[in-house]
Amino acid sequence: MKGLSIENISMRFDLKNGSSVQALKDVSLDIEEGQIITVLGPSGCGKTTLLNIVAGFLAPTEGKVVLNDQIVLGPGAERGMVFQQGALFEWMNVQENVAFGPRMKGMPKAEQNKKVKHLLGVVGLADFEDKAVYELSGGMQQRVALARCLANDPDVILMDEPLGALDALTREKMQGLVLKLWKETGKTILLITHSVEEAILLGERLLVLAPRPGRIHKEYKLPFAEMGVNMDLRDVKKSDGYTETRDEILSIIWEMEEEIMGRTDDN
Amino acid sequence: MTILIIYVVIFIAAFYIVKAVSSMSKSREDFTSLKTVTFGDESAVTPNRAASIISVFAIFAIWAAFTGSKLIPFHVPGPFIGELSFTYTAVNSLGEKDDADVRISVYDVQTGEIPEKIDIELGSGFALNDTAQIIAWRSALIKVKKNDVGGKDKKYKIITINGEPISPSSELFIDDARIYMTAKGTLSLTPYKGWQMQPIWLPSPEAVWSRLIKVSSEGYKNFSLFEHLGWSLLRVIVGFVAGALIGIPLGYAMGLSGWFRGWFDPIVEFMRPVPPLALIPLVIIWFGIGEQGKIILLFLASLWIMTISARAGVSGVNIAKIHAAYSLGASKWQIMRLVIVPNSLPEIFTGARVSMGVCWGTVVAAELVAAQKGAGMMIINASKFQMTDLVIMGIVLIGVIGYAIDILMRIAENYLVPWKGK
Repeated sequence: MKGLSIENISMRFDLKNGSSVQALKDVSLDIEEGQIITVLGPSGCGKTTLLNIVAGFLAPTEGKVVLNDQIVLGPGAERGMVFQQGALFEWMNVQENVAFGPRMKGMPKAEQNKKVKHLLGVVGLADFEDKAVYELSGGMQQRVALARCLANDPDVILMDEPLGALDALTREKMQGLVLKLWKETGKTILLITHSVEEAILLGERLLVLAPRPGRIHKEYKLPFAEMGVNMDLRDVKKSDGYTETRDEILSIIWEMEEEIMGRTDDN
Repeated sequence: MTILIIYVVIFIAAFYIVKAVSSMSKSREDFTSLKTVTFGDESAVTPNRAASIISVFAIFAIWAAFTGSKLIPFHVPGPFIGELSFTYTAVNSLGEKDDADVRISVYDVQTGEIPEKIDIELGSGFALNDTAQIIAWRSALIKVKKNDVGGKDKKYKIITINGEPISPSSELFIDDARIYMTAKGTLSLTPYKGWQMQPIWLPSPEAVWSRLIKVSSEGYKNFSLFEHLGWSLLRVIVGFVAGALIGIPLGYAMGLSGWFRGWFDPIVEFMRPVPPLALIPLVIIWFGIGEQGKIILLFLASLWIMTISARAGVSGVNIAKIHAAYSLGASKWQIMRLVIVPNSLPEIFTGARVSMGVCWGTVVAAELVAAQKGAGMMIINASKFQMTDLVIMGIVLIGVIGYAIDILMRIAENYLVPWKGK
């Protein structure tokens, strides 16, 4: 079966003080090839743990992750990752960063260069090959990170708050870029975010995780990602159902946050 | 103390002069000049280049002024050089009084010329005229009674100098000199010393310079200057490279493996605070005073620094980079080569700079203890022969080389790890 399936994953680990933490409990999820899914939840709900398990950096205590009929046992090139920040290699220029994956596979140099040139064009960084990554702005660095991930041609792209460190304007542009890449490449994308708007705009399916233990609270199927491919994201935000969905999800998140923090007022 | 006061005065005067001069010229309107808050804003404090230049000149000027250098026209008063004279009155065993003159030439031994004895007439009476020679900055006993008739008699006494009474264990001043009468009645004369330093304490800049010319053309103690400095430098480089070759892999191993870290942590943490100089005696006992011992000492000086910096370089790698490399399909070896090693380079360079500094200091100290050639040997040997100019020359050269090493390391760092601090 093509696609990514997360089957009954639980994650529990001991702390130094003797108590243990149930980070995830019985999380199951089937993702078809080519879907874009966003995961939203209050801080500490196990979003990043879930992503690290899918990436293969963590082993779940129960359950398994299956990608294209293969059980995930460790990190692999078929699951590309885009991190929030700081994952580019400063000692390499833009070209070398993007070509890292193909180079690991032993792709011939000429082919690497062609691929890098194409991808940099796609993410809007044509002619930036020889720039040092520390000379680029945060938004440009994330474009390089996207290109680097795509260069490896992974089956699934895992994004761990990839736009979290960007300012609001850059973020909006990058959201458009993510949608464009999703449509053009047809990749399966699993994106984690703490921004409700971003989750609604980018998620064909949106999962809300609940904390303690981390579990799937609610799933939405949304039309906005498909709309955003051809429309300005600001117009998408004005379309029917957007505001209602946002308010509903916000109130869910707020409730969860209040449960965690304790009610701060008596109203 | 006087020098300190002069220095402070120059410091303050230069400040106001530069301030006055720069306020006359049009100030640049850069961003910093528009800041209203500069006190406490570190980025607004840039070194005043005029101050740096004046500072260097001030040190040389004070040095030159206090050593009577010919490089500058003004000096603090020097020692008295020339002819002194005084008249003494003696009383003999019969209670008779007589006067005699004493003429003394004070000369500078540095010039190498010893003046001829002053011709005097012995004069009349029982007290006869005397003459003597004294080297500048020194004192001398003037045995005026020696040639006097009856001067050996116990009751023969000198009672006045230039008409002023003097008694044993007391002093008086004549022009340009101080005269002290010892308990036994002999006169001790000290010509005016002035404020200048004796060359044996602090030679003038040109004396140091001419010593440098001389040593660099003739060498010192069977080895040329180039060999002395070259050997010191060679020891540092060999010791440092050996330390880096062992220390960096060890640091990597400690950063990557819990067993290695557990095993070597106690050793490294114990050896790190031991100053390399404290190891000199043991190294001499074990390896003797030859090259082997020195290189082992320098190896130990750099080993721990390099180990710790390599370990810190590995520990400091952002886990996202490692995760990214894994999910791009890199193997462990590729991650080591393409991520961990380059990521640790800034830390390793910092360690290398510290390590080179420590090694340079240690080699000089080791050569002070025992060596046949080397910068440290040169200055300790020169100090035994009171060749202060050579000592100062050596210190300056050691400083210049140490500074040059650091500059070269910084240039290499900028070239090899341009992303540092970005």
